[in-house]
Amino acid sequence: MAIAAPDFRELRLDGVSRDFGVLNALRDVTLTVGRGEFIALLGPSGCGKSTALNCLAGLLPLTSGSIWLDDRRIDQLGPEARGFGMVFQNYALFPHMSVRRNVAFGLEMQGRPKAEIARRVDEAIQLVRLTAQADKLPGQISGGQQQRVAIARAIVVEPPLVLMDEPLSNLDAKLRLEMRTEIRRIHTMLGCSTIYVTHDQDEALSLADRIVVLRDGLVRQVGTPEELYARPSQPDVAEFMGYRNLLSTRAEAAGAGLVVRVSGAALAGTPVGEVWPGPAIVAIRPEDLTPSPDAPIAVTVDAAEYRGRDFYGLAHTGDGTELFFRSETRVVAGEALRLGASAARVLVYPA
Amino acid sequence: MRRDEGILGRLWIWAVWALVGFFILNLLAMIASVVVNSFGTRWFNTWLPPGYTIRWYAQAWDEFQLPDILLVTFQVVGAVVIVSGLIGVPAAYAMARRDFPGKRAVMLLFLLPMLVPPITYGIPLATVLYQAGLAGTIWGVILANLVPTIPFVILIMIPFVEQIDPRVEAAARVFGAGLRQLFVRVLVPLLAPGILAALLLVLVRTIAMFELTFLTAGPTSQTLVVALYYAVFAAGVRPGQSIDAMAVVYMLTTLAWLLLALRFVNPAQIVTRAKT
Amino acid sequence: MNTVPLSVRLAQRGLDSVTLLVLPAVLCVIGLFVYPFLYGLVLSFAPKTGGILANYRKFFADPFLYDTIGTTLLIAVPATLLNTVVSIPVALRVRLMAKPRLLTTILVIPITLGTVLVAEGLLNYLGPRGWLNRALLEFGLSDHPVRLVHNYWGVFLSLVITGFPFTFLLTQSYVTGIDPSLEQAGAMLGARAPARFRRILLPLLIPGLTVTLCLSFVQAFSVFPSAVLLGAPAGPTRVISIAAYQAAFEQYDYSMASAIAMIMAAVQVLIVVALLAARGLVYRGPAGGGKG
Repeated sequence: MAIAAPDFRELRLDGVSRDFGVLNALRDVTLTVGRGEFIALLGPSGCGKSTALNCLAGLLPLTSGSIWLDDRRIDQLGPEARGFGMVFQNYALFPHMSVRRNVAFGLEMQGRPKAEIARRVDEAIQLVRLTAQADKLPGQISGGQQQRVAIARAIVVEPPLVLMDEPLSNLDAKLRLEMRTEIRRIHTMLGCSTIYVTHDQDEALSLADRIVVLRDGLVRQVGTPEELYARPSQPDVAEFMGYRNLLSTRAEAAGAGLVVRVSGAALAGTPVGEVWPGPAIVAIRPEDLTPSPDAPIAVTVDAAEYRGRDFYGLAHTGDGTELFFRSETRVVAGEALRLGASAARVLVYPA
Repeated sequence: MRRDEGILGRLWIWAVWALVGFFILNLLAMIASVVVNSFGTRWFNTWLPPGYTIRWYAQAWDEFQLPDILLVTFQVVGAVVIVSGLIGVPAAYAMARRDFPGKRAVMLLFLLPMLVPPITYGIPLATVLYQAGLAGTIWGVILANLVPTIPFVILIMIPFVEQIDPRVEAAARVFGAGLRQLFVRVLVPLLAPGILAALLLVLVRTIAMFELTFLTAGPTSQTLVVALYYAVFAAGVRPGQSIDAMAVVYMLTTLAWLLLALRFVNPAQIVTRAKT
Repeated sequence: MNTVPLSVRLAQRGLDSVTLLVLPAVLCVIGLFVYPFLYGLVLSFAPKTGGILANYRKFFADPFLYDTIGTTLLIAVPATLLNTVVSIPVALRVRLMAKPRLLTTILVIPITLGTVLVAEGLLNYLGPRGWLNRALLEFGLSDHPVRLVHNYWGVFLSLVITGFPFTFLLTQSYVTGIDPSLEQAGAMLGARAPARFRRILLPLLIPGLTVTLCLSFVQAFSVFPSAVLLGAPAGPTRVISIAAYQAAFEQYDYSMASAIAMIMAAVQVLIVVALLAARGLVYRGPAGGGKG
C-alpha cells in the first residue's frame, strides 16, 4: 500500500495545560508518543480527554506548556498548519460533497496535482473498502460507512498523527466491534501514530499499545493495557478499570506478608505503593472473588445473574459490606457462601 | 474556529465589528434624535436644543386626539391577539398531530400570507372590504390584520405542539378527557409558554402593522402607526417636535411589549423563519 | 361488503375531529387572502373602460406607470444585495460570540418599530440640520450638508436600517444550523479561513441564503411608507406600490389598482422563481447540513 506515514521520531507534550472553568480543564500533561504507537486517552466524561485531543489538534489554544514534533514546536500553529488527521465523533463529513470529494479535500488543500489526488483518493477509498460508494453523498450511506469515509479522509494526507475522538460511540454494538478491528488494521498498515479518545475501557484495552488514564484533567496513570488491567496505580484508576469491590480497610503487617481485614476476615493481599499497617484501601475484581468452602469471608447472596458460563452476584457480609463476586456454579439469593481471592489479585493501596 | 490567522485575518474581524458598530451607532442616534427633539425647545444649528420641555407631549395629546387613537389601537390589537390565538392554536395542534390528505397544500396556504408583502394583497383586500361595507370600520381593520397573524401563530405553535409527548395526551384520553377537556386541562397549560410567546409577537407585530391598517382604516379607525404616518406626511402643518412626541409615544408602546416579549422568545423569532 | 363506518375510514386517512380544528384558520385565510386575491385578479380584467386587457395595456404604455417597476427594482435590488452580502460575515462572527443576545435584541428594534417610525427618525437624523450632517461638517468630511432625504438615498438607507436586521437574523439562523465540527474538520485537513468559507460554509449556506434573498427582496420591493415620506414620491422614488395606492385611493379606480397589485405580485414571483432556479443550477445536494 502506497499510503504511509512520514518519517518522524516522536511527538512530545510538555506540561500542557488548558484552563476553562472547572470541568474539562487539563493540568500539566506531559507525554511522549513514539512513531507508530497507538495511544488511548481513557477517562470518564469531563475528565479532559477531549480537551487534550483538541489542544493537540490546534482547535483549542493552550494556557501553558508546549507541544513538539521532534524538534519543531507546533503548539503555536493553527490546526490547518499542523498536518494531523482527525476523525470526529460525529464524523463531520461535508454533506454537500461526495465520498470521493470528501476524501480528496485535504489533498486539494495541499495543492497536489490532479492525477496524484485521484490516485491517492482511490487507494484510500479502497483501503476502507468503500469503492462502491465513492460517488454517493454522506447522507446516502450508513453510519458505519460514514465512519470509514471519515477515516479515509483523515489518513489520505499521510499525517504523522491521527487523532480520533470517540469515533465508535455513534455505532451499534456489533458494528463497533467490527470497526475496532478495522481501525487497528489500518493503523498497523500505515505506521502512523494514533491518539484515540474513549471512555470505554474495553475499547482502550483492545486497541492501544499504551493507555493514558485521565481524571479531573490530570494524568493518573500511563501504561500498557496489561499493566492497567492487572496493576492500576491508584484506587480511582482501579475503580475505572473494573475493580468493583473497593473497600476501606485496615492493613496488618506490611511487605510480603500483607494481610487486610474485610468484615473481620483476614485476606492476604499485594501492596501497590507504600502500604503501612493502618488504614488502607483494598480493590478486587468481581471475577477474582470466588466461592470455595475454605475461603475466609462469610457472606449471604443478595442476587445473582447468569452471564453465560459464569454467574455474577452481589452478596453482603455480616456487617453489611457489599461484595461483587463470580461463581462457576449456580447460586441463589439467600444462600450462604464463603468468598476468597488469591493474594496476587487483592490489591492494597495506602489510604 | 476561534484561532485566526495573521494580521489580515485580524484586520478583517476588526472591519466586520466596525461595520456592526457603525450600524448600531446610526440606529441609536436616529432613535435618540427623535427622543431629544420631542423634549427640546426649538433648536437650529446646535448639537442639542437650548432647553427642554414637555409641552410638545401636551400638544400632541390634544391635536392628534391621542386618547382616541390609543383606544382604537388597543381595541384592534386586543381583538387580533384573541381571535388569532383562538383560531391559530387549535389549527397548529391539528397541523402538528395529524397527517391528512392535502396537508402540504394547507401548509402552503398558511405560508403565503406571511411571504407575500401586505401592500401586495392589501389593495385587493381593501377593495373587497369596501364592497362588503367593512372598510373604514374597526371591524375591517381587525379582519385585515388577521391575515398575517393567524398563519404566524400557527407557524410559531407547531414546533411547540410537536415537542409535547403524544403519550401525555393518550394518557388524558385514557382517563376520559374529551377533546375540549384535553385542550383546557392538558394542552393549554403545557403550551402556555408557546402561546404566550406567539401572542406577544402578534401583539408587537400588529401595533407596528402599517400597510394593512392604512389601506383599510377610516378616520375613526386609525391605529397609532397610521396616525403617525399621516402626521409625518402632513409635516409642516404642525411643529416637528409634536410629531416626534407622538413618535415617542408610539415607540414606548411598541418597545415595552417587545421587551416583555423578549423575555419569552428568541429575537430571531420576530422574523419568520421559512423553511423551504 | 364494507362494514367499517365512514368515520373510522376517514380517521384512518387522518380526517377526524382533531383535523377539523384546522378548518377555521383555513376558512379565514381563504376568505381574507385567497378570495380577495382572486377577486382582484378578476377585477383587474374588468376595467372601467376598454377591453379586458385595457388596464395592463395602459400600464405598459404609460411610462409614468411602467417606469415604477424599474424605479422599484433600482432601489430594492441594491438594498437587498447589500444587506445579504454584509449579513454573511457578520453572522459568521456573531456565531462565535458567547452571548449574542444583546446584539440581536438591538437589531430587532428597527424591525419592531417599523418603517413609518424609521422614516420619521431618518428625516430628523439625515436631514440638512440633522446629527449626521452636523458630524460630517464638524469632522471636515464635507463642506456643505449632504442631501440624504427626499431622494433615492433616503429610501435606500431606510431599507438598510430595517432590512439589514431582518436579513441578518435570517442568515444567522441558517449559519447556526451548520455543525461547527465541519469547519474544524476543514481546518484539520489544511484549509485556511478563506478556503473553509468558500469550500465548506458557503456551499452549505446557499440554500438558506437563497431563501433570505427572496424574502428580503420581496420586502424591499414592496417598500411604501418610506418611499413616500423619505423619498421623492413624484419622481425618483415613485415605486410601484405608490402607483397602486394612487390608483385605488386617489383615482378610486380599483380595477386599475388591482391590476397594478397583480403586476407587483408577478414581478416578485418572477424574481423569486429566477433565484430558486439559479440556486438549482449552482447547488445540487442535500438542503441542510444534517447528519453526516
